[in-house]
Amino acid sequence: MAHLIDDPILTVEHLNMRFGGLLAVDDLSFSAGRRDITALIGPNGAGKTTVFNCITGFYKPTEGRITAHHEGGEKYLLERMDDFKIPKVAKVARTFQNIRLFGGMTVLENLMVGQHNTLMIASNFTFGGIFGLSGYKRAEKEALELAEYWMEQTGLTYRADDAASDLPYGEQRKLEIARAMCTKPKLLCLDEPAAGLNPRESEELNKLLLFIRKERDTGILLIEHDMNVVMGISDHIIVLDYGKKIADGTPEEIRNDPSVIAAYLGVADEEVEEVEHEIEEGASS
Amino acid sequence: MTEMTNSSARPGRHLDVPRVAKDLVVTALIATAIFGSTIAFRTVSAAGGLGLTTRFDVAFYVIAAVVVGRLLLWIFFWSKPAGEPAVEIPAGIKSGFAHVAARLGKIFGPAMLIIALVFPFLPFTDRYLLDLSILILTYVMLGWGLNIVVGLAGLLDLGYVAFYAIGAYSYALLAQYFGFSFWMCLPLAGILAAFWGIILGFPVLRLRGDYLAIVTLAFGEIIRVVLLNWYKFTGGPDGLSGIPRPSFFGIPFNRGEDGFAEIFGLEYSSIHRIVFMYFLILALALITNFVTNRLRRLPIGRAWEALREDEIACRSLGLNTTSVKLTAFATGGMFAGFAGSFFATRQGFISPESFTFIESALILAIVVLGGMGSQVGVVIASIVMIGGFEVFREAEQYRMLIFGLAMVVIMIWRPRGLISTRIPSIFLKEKKAVSADMVSQGEGH
Ligand SMILES: Nc1ncnc2c1ncn2[C@@H]1O[C@H](COP(=O)(O)OP(=O)(O)O)[C@@H](O)[C@H]1O
Ligand SMILES: [Mg+2]
Repeated sequence: MAHLIDDPILTVEHLNMRFGGLLAVDDLSFSAGRRDITALIGPNGAGKTTVFNCITGFYKPTEGRITAHHEGGEKYLLERMDDFKIPKVAKVARTFQNIRLFGGMTVLENLMVGQHNTLMIASNFTFGGIFGLSGYKRAEKEALELAEYWMEQTGLTYRADDAASDLPYGEQRKLEIARAMCTKPKLLCLDEPAAGLNPRESEELNKLLLFIRKERDTGILLIEHDMNVVMGISDHIIVLDYGKKIADGTPEEIRNDPSVIAAYLGVADEEVEEVEHEIEEGASS
Repeated sequence: MTEMTNSSARPGRHLDVPRVAKDLVVTALIATAIFGSTIAFRTVSAAGGLGLTTRFDVAFYVIAAVVVGRLLLWIFFWSKPAGEPAVEIPAGIKSGFAHVAARLGKIFGPAMLIIALVFPFLPFTDRYLLDLSILILTYVMLGWGLNIVVGLAGLLDLGYVAFYAIGAYSYALLAQYFGFSFWMCLPLAGILAAFWGIILGFPVLRLRGDYLAIVTLAFGEIIRVVLLNWYKFTGGPDGLSGIPRPSFFGIPFNRGEDGFAEIFGLEYSSIHRIVFMYFLILALALITNFVTNRLRRLPIGRAWEALREDEIACRSLGLNTTSVKLTAFATGGMFAGFAGSFFATRQGFISPESFTFIESALILAIVVLGGMGSQVGVVIASIVMIGGFEVFREAEQYRMLIFGLAMVVIMIWRPRGLISTRIPSIFLKEKKAVSADMVSQGEGH
C-alpha cells in the first residue's frame, strides 16, 4: 500500500525509536515528495512528534535510515547528523507542537535569528561585522528584505517591532513558520500548526502552506489533527497508530480506508472487517 | 446582590483585628527573644574581669519599633482582601517610572559620558575621588563584561572573578618573567582569559540551571586555590609585587628628564599618573561597551540572546549552540582579563586575596541590580554599590546591614533590576522597548 513517490525530498526507511520498554516508532518507512504536502496523522500518542524529532535530529533513532535528497543529487543521512546541521546543511526546518519563539525578542529579530548562518558567514564570523565592512551591510540588508517578505506573507508586518510573546496565539504560530522559512528550507516540518487556531486562522494557514509549496518550492511534512486542513491541502497522507504505519495514500484513499477509520474510532483489529462491512453498507444505502 | 458585589470589586481597607493582635503579640515575643538577649545585656570590662550592664530602655525602644513597624505594615499594606498581592506598587507609579526611565535613558548615557570625560578636571576632584571613580569604572567594566554572559546569553556565571584573576596574574607574570610592557601584556591577558573562558565553557556546555551556576562557582574557586598553592610560580599567599606601572605610551610617569611632566612641560605631580589611570580604565570600559553594543547588533549577539530565550529553538534554526555558548564565555572572559591587567598595574601588587567569591558576587549583584542586559543599569548599579560602600565606610559596623537591606528593598521594588526593559537590536519602523516580563532570564535563574 506504500504510496509511490518518484522524486522524494525525504525517505524514511525502517525507522525504530525505543524509549525503554516502549516502541514509540515501529519499523516505519515512507517517502515525502519534493513539492508535496505530506501529512502525518494518527491518534494522540501514535508517535508522530517522535518521528519529527528523529528527522530533525533531536532524537537519535534506535534503528533506521532517514535521507534528505537535494535536487542536485546530494544525499544527507539525517540520523547521523548533529541536530543543528540538519537545518543548516540538509535544509530541513521545523516548528514545534508547543510553540518555541524567542519571546523577549521582536518579530523581526526572530526572523533575523532564523538567518543566523548566512549572516554569520557574511560577517566573517563577527570580525568583519564588528568593523562595519560593507559586505556585511549588504548581507544584513538582504536578510532584512527576506524577513520583510515573510512578514508580508504571514501578515505580521504591522507587528514587526513587537515582542514575540506579545502576539496572540495564531500570530505566534505564523511567526514560527515564517522564522523556519527564513532558513530557506527544502523541507518544512510542521508539528500541529493548526492546533488552537480558529476557523478563519486555519483557513489562512491553508493558504500559507499552499503558497509555500507552490511559490517557494518547499516540500511540507505536516502533523495535523484538523481533518479540514489535512484533507483540504495534502497530496499524500500517512497514518500512524501505536508507532506503526497503518495507511499511506492520497486523501481519497485514506478517507475510505477502513483501518484508518477503525484506528480513529478505537476499534480492535478483529472488528475492522465488521466496521468495513458497515461502511460499505452505509455507502450503498 | 450582584450590584453589591460589583460595587465592592475594590473594597476599602479592612483590618482583621484579632488576627493582627495575635500577629503583633508573636512579633513582640520574637523581637524580645532576639533583642532582649543581644541589646538588653552588654558585657563591659570591669575591674577584675567582665561585668554586665543592662540597657532595658534601649531594648524596649527597639522592640517597640519592630511592633509599631509591623502594625504600620498591616495597616497600609496587608489590609487588602485576600487574593490581591500583599505589597503592590500602584500601576501609575510603575508605568510613570518606566516612562521617565525611557526618557532619561536617551540622555543619561551621553550625559554620563561627558561627566566622566571632564571629571578629573573638575575643581572639587581630588585624589580620593579619582581613586574611587577608578574603582567604580573597574566594576562598570567588569559588570559590562559579565553582562554578556549573564544578561545576553543567559548563562549564570558565579565564577567570573576567575577571569579577572587570570588577567591580573597574566600581566604580573608576563611582566616579571619576560619583562613585557603593559601595552603588550594587555591584549595577551585578554586572550589568555578568553582562552580560559573556552576551557571553562567545554565542561559546562551540557549543564543547565543550578548545575551551571555551581560548576562556574567551583571554577572560580579552583583558579584561586591554584594561585594560592602554586607557590613557586605565583608567590602563593604572598602574591606578586613590584608589578610595573603603565607608561604614557612609552613615557614613564617620573620626575626624571624623560618623564611625562618634563616632556609635556608640566610641573611634576603624582596626580598625573592617577589621571592617566582614570582615562585608561575609562577607555577600556568604553571599548567594552562599544564592542558589546556592536556585537548585540551582529548575528553573534542575536544568537546569544536567542540562546537565552530558547536553546532548542536555536538548534532547530541551525545555530551551533556549543559555539554560541563558548563565544559568550570567551568574550566575557576577555573583558575581565583586560580589567584584571588594569587592576594589576594600578595596584602594583596582587594576591589571591583580591579574587575571592565575594568579588564574583559583587559583580553579579551589579549586573542583576542594574537590570540584566542593560548597559546603563550596570553604570548606575556600580555607582550605587561601590560608591555606597564608600559613603558608609564611616558606619563600618552597619555597612553590610545597609547593603543587605538595600538589596532586599530593590528586589521587592524592581525584581528585574533598575533598568529592566530590553532594547531591540534591530527595528523596522519604530524602536519599542520590550517589557521585562517577556524577556527570559536564561539558565540558572
Ligand atoms: N522522550 C521520551 N521519552 C519517553 N517516552 C517518550 C518520549 N517522547 C515520546 N515518548 C512516548 O512516545 C509515544 C509517542 O509520543 P508522541 O510522538 O509525542 O505522540 P504524538 O505526537 O503522535 O501524539 C508516547 O507514548 C510518548 O509517551
Ligand atoms: Mg505530538
